[in-house]
Amino acid sequence: MRIPCPLCGSRDRREFYYYGSEDYLKRPSDQGSIDDLDNQLFLRDNPAGVTRDVWYHEAGCGAWMVVTRNTVSHEVLGSELVAKKKGA
Amino acid sequence: MRIAGKGLIDRSKPVNFKFDGKTYQGFKGDTVASALLANGVKLVGRSFKYHRPRGVLTAGSEEPNAMIEVVGTSNQTPNVRATVQEIFEGLNTRSQNRWPSLRFDVMAVNDMVSPFLSAGFYYKTFMWPRAFWEAIYEPIIRRAAGLGSLSGKHDEGHYEKAFAFCDLLVIGSGPAGLMAALEAARAGVDVILCEEDRLLGGRLLSDDAHLDGKPAAEWVAAVEAELRACPNVRIMPRTTVTGAYDGGQYSAVERVGLHKGPRPDLPRECFWRITAARTVLAAGALERSIAFPMNDRPGIMLASAVQSYLNKFGVVPGKRVTLFANNDGARAVARQLMAAGVSVAAILDSRSDASAVEDCPVYLGAQVTDTKGRLGLRAISGTHVGGEFALETDLLAVSGGWNPTLHITCHLNGRPRWEASLAAFVPLADAVPNLTAAGACNGAFDTLTCLTEGAAAARAALAALGVAAANAALPTAEGMPYVIAPLWQVAGKGRAWLDFANDVTTKDVKLAAQEGYSSVEHMKRYTTQGMAPDQGKNSNVGALAVLADTTGRGIPETGTTTFRPPFIPTSIAVMGAGGRGAGFAPQRFLTSDQASRDRGAPMIEAGLWYRPSYFPKPGETTWLESCNREIGYVRGAVGVCDVSTLGKIDIQGKDAGRFLDLVYTSMFSTLAVGRVRYGLMLRADGYVLDDGTTARLGENHYLMTTTTAAAGLVMRHLDFVHQSECADWDVRFISVTESWAQFAVAGPQARALLNGYLDQPLGDFPFMAAGTVSVGGVAARLFRISFSGEEGYEIAVPTRYGEALFRDLVARAETMGGGPYGMEALNVLRIEKGLITHAEIDGRVTAFDIGAAKMVSAKKDCIGKLASTRPGLHGPERAQMVGLKPLSAQKITSGAHLFIPGADLSRVNSQGHISSVGYSPMFDRDLGLGFLVNGRARHGETVRVIDRLRDIDVLAEVCDPVFHDKDGEKLRA
Amino acid sequence: MPELIAKTALAGKKLVVAGTTLAEIDHGAVRSIAPYPGQELAVGQALLPLGFGFPAVNSFAEKDGALIAWAGREQAFLIGADCPDLGGLAAVTDQSGGWVSLSLQGPLAVEALARYVPMDMRLAAFPVGAAARTPLYHMSMVLMRVAEDGFRLMLFRSMARTAWHEIEVALKTLAARAA
Repeated sequence: MRIPCPLCGSRDRREFYYYGSEDYLKRPSDQGSIDDLDNQLFLRDNPAGVTRDVWYHEAGCGAWMVVTRNTVSHEVLGSELVAKKKGA
Repeated sequence: MRIAGKGLIDRSKPVNFKFDGKTYQGFKGDTVASALLANGVKLVGRSFKYHRPRGVLTAGSEEPNAMIEVVGTSNQTPNVRATVQEIFEGLNTRSQNRWPSLRFDVMAVNDMVSPFLSAGFYYKTFMWPRAFWEAIYEPIIRRAAGLGSLSGKHDEGHYEKAFAFCDLLVIGSGPAGLMAALEAARAGVDVILCEEDRLLGGRLLSDDAHLDGKPAAEWVAAVEAELRACPNVRIMPRTTVTGAYDGGQYSAVERVGLHKGPRPDLPRECFWRITAARTVLAAGALERSIAFPMNDRPGIMLASAVQSYLNKFGVVPGKRVTLFANNDGARAVARQLMAAGVSVAAILDSRSDASAVEDCPVYLGAQVTDTKGRLGLRAISGTHVGGEFALETDLLAVSGGWNPTLHITCHLNGRPRWEASLAAFVPLADAVPNLTAAGACNGAFDTLTCLTEGAAAARAALAALGVAAANAALPTAEGMPYVIAPLWQVAGKGRAWLDFANDVTTKDVKLAAQEGYSSVEHMKRYTTQGMAPDQGKNSNVGALAVLADTTGRGIPETGTTTFRPPFIPTSIAVMGAGGRGAGFAPQRFLTSDQASRDRGAPMIEAGLWYRPSYFPKPGETTWLESCNREIGYVRGAVGVCDVSTLGKIDIQGKDAGRFLDLVYTSMFSTLAVGRVRYGLMLRADGYVLDDGTTARLGENHYLMTTTTAAAGLVMRHLDFVHQSECADWDVRFISVTESWAQFAVAGPQARALLNGYLDQPLGDFPFMAAGTVSVGGVAARLFRISFSGEEGYEIAVPTRYGEALFRDLVARAETMGGGPYGMEALNVLRIEKGLITHAEIDGRVTAFDIGAAKMVSAKKDCIGKLASTRPGLHGPERAQMVGLKPLSAQKITSGAHLFIPGADLSRVNSQGHISSVGYSPMFDRDLGLGFLVNGRARHGETVRVIDRLRDIDVLAEVCDPVFHDKDGEKLRA
Repeated sequence: MPELIAKTALAGKKLVVAGTTLAEIDHGAVRSIAPYPGQELAVGQALLPLGFGFPAVNSFAEKDGALIAWAGREQAFLIGADCPDLGGLAAVTDQSGGWVSLSLQGPLAVEALARYVPMDMRLAAFPVGAAARTPLYHMSMVLMRVAEDGFRLMLFRSMARTAWHEIEVALKTLAARAA
């Protein structure tokens, strides 16, 4: 499996750490509700098709990224930096 | 028998090798199979189940019969295909699955009782009584099962792994593969050409075809020379592509030294991971046999193999050859044999409408119904349109047609399509993204179409890569149509084998269908059809044709089993290349490593690090004596310990304090410059992630420490929090773990040691202070922190001074009645003080559990804060951290469970567990830290400590986890 | 007064196998430079007297013995030069002792690395002047291509012996293959 790092280019999957669903990026603050938290931590869609997950270029540049891929065809469709989404 | 003037072996280089103790001679370029056949050896193995005498069937890696052991000095490799193993001087091989000898095998008695050993025999026989399963049946089955044997020693062989990248990967170097490689090479793209054989050319060499009016070998040589001259082409002979994976990645196994014998530094095999933008699969096709009665005798071979041995090795393993075929291909073999002066008894063509014109007798509508010759074929008999025939013959060449070698196209879940006109499965286009099948593996069985498809596939790949094609000219070649009339099985009295390797006959397949296993996947598992080392390459299509016949369904409806990687049997050793022993993971060494080893310290692994366990002194006979002495240094004088393995993260920026407030449960933005604070970090789900101290070195500058175990984990976590929550903040951090060598100096004499050693004595430097000091002119960092409960300091210098500093500190400590201490002492010291490690914060523990709920600040948010308030994560139902002190000086163990005395010792009654134990000289007994339900409210209670693995049953008092210096008077002294 | 002796990770070790040289480089000072948000240009300006700016992603630059290499997201290593005052513009740390620098030069260099590095190192993908963060087997690494057949590697100091061992095995293996 190859993953395109937005900084480093196409790299072998072994350079990356897989975290999980993009939902992990929507952390509720301490003012949030426990239900919001459950949704963010535990309740997941399990799509047959396009999914978006958070990966870390751990053995590379240290960037966190959202990788879009297809769970049926295994095609990797693209990636974007998590930091960019936060406007940095 | 060798044929003069034939073959691609080097007759000027004789090579001696051994088979079953006897020395044989072959030539450079021979395989064990070709050399044995040249020496008249036909019997090479015994079959798996019935121990039937078997000979060579094929000339390739798909060989089901001729599997041998290659015996090395320290290793022994079973199930090596004799058709692949090249001979070299000194090669030592032997047959397998026989006793006492290949010619006389006691287990051949199985063949006599074969009516009782049909499919499902084991399932039906070894059912009752149940009590016999493990003690009696399993040993019997295990002894009878399996081919070959291992040496029982470690494989000390050298194996290699490597990565490669290319624009176009070409798998196979027959006519299609060579044309594809040539086309791409001329276009200038990076090409990798993998060929399983030692020679390029594929069937061109076996068939003795003609291209451009010349022997194909000449064209192959010219193409190879051109490819070798191209810097953009990598030719990889002896390399089998074994699997297709996502993203254009392929695995391949290269035989590097297996044909040369052991040589220093030369690997036996190399495991390649090839990443290709495009791939042309030109893997050719494999001929299949026909299931006629008694079709498994030595001397019965595939026609294509007979042709390969003739044209590649100059060997004909018989004096009087007969051909039995359902297609035209065998005709060329017969003609070539006759041209080489070999006597051909007859061509048996199963088709009644085929041509009868050859220079030898041709029987049409022919079927072989019996064969004779136990250790080697002597005679065959059968029927044809004119009646019956009986022939004396010692070599029967069989062709049941061809199966495209499409296995790799199925590795990403693609299923092949049945092509009735070829009586074969062909690959679906796009079964593997960016891979195109060309030539015989795509169902093109004549040379001209192979060449054409190879070139076209390369041009399509070039177009996709955006590169102009050179349009290499095709050589002129024969375009012969492939005419076949399917013949899968021949009825008769004797057994007719499908899977030679696993001894599966047509009868077994029919029986499976009768007993309800009519799905192809069920039939496979019931009969073991296709589950041998050849994975059904020779027999799967034939078996499912028989199944289709039996069930009345067509072949397309019956379907196929799934081909999975690896394409050939692959040694585990090559997949794990480099990973044996210390090669499994990097070794991390401290700057004090040599100094510790000089003192005889046994090193223990802490993650990837190697740390001293203890420092033995003359006269000490157990580690415990050393450990107790070292504890005494710290409690009574001064001890020195290398703590560089702790993670150190340098955090800078105007928002650094704000960032720490977000990742730590407590407030760090309010920490004064020059001070250190203990911090706790939570995961997103509210459990404890890690703990450690963080010092504020400047207004916008902090230094965080992590535990050794979680250094990488914390860095990943900080990166995540930063990039996902606050990438726009003025904060930057980087690991400086490796940049500083850090040593704990602890004990009542610690300050005195430092005062005598630092360039200036310490002034006011209270507990939890941090500052800069100078050692011999080198700027160092000093922290007054303690992991022992004694007055303690940690001093850090740039790593290149680490070894010198350690030696100095230890020397000074020794003049003061102290010395170095290792991990054992460190562990006891921290248990006595009730300090946690990851034995306690094991991922299931909350801040509440370790009595740190108050550390979760109410004034601010932090990662995991909301989650830590979830129901069930705090309260009396939680197992809370406690100290455990045995009532008498008895041993307790970490991992032991805690029970209320008198309670039934069942899982549901477990009240908690012990996480850490150390022998405390101060209390003259083991002390434990552990987790007990509602533990903080139960101090003073007695619990029963149970460890059934180590026979521990001890009563212990529940107490506060801090055993030593509860009020911290020593720390602050 | 104590006198502390400085030691590099491998004490200047050197190995030649079949015309390919593996050697430890004493890299002198190494400083990590991480510009704060929006300060990359200003940091580049401050570096200009050294003969280069802040490096683009996946690149390094060299001038008069000083070198600056991209070393990860928003981060570069300045090697062998005094770091100008970047107060307020970037976070700077001393990384001098934290790394071992190796030079790998010669005909076997690319193939030796290909035993452990899962990255495409063909010249078109990784040209001279390129820098990458990519692992050497399981070890974190900054890899720079200084010539078609020459590389500079930076690895954690504590792993220097393992890294050396792995590359030595690869070189000897390749030499044995060619023999």
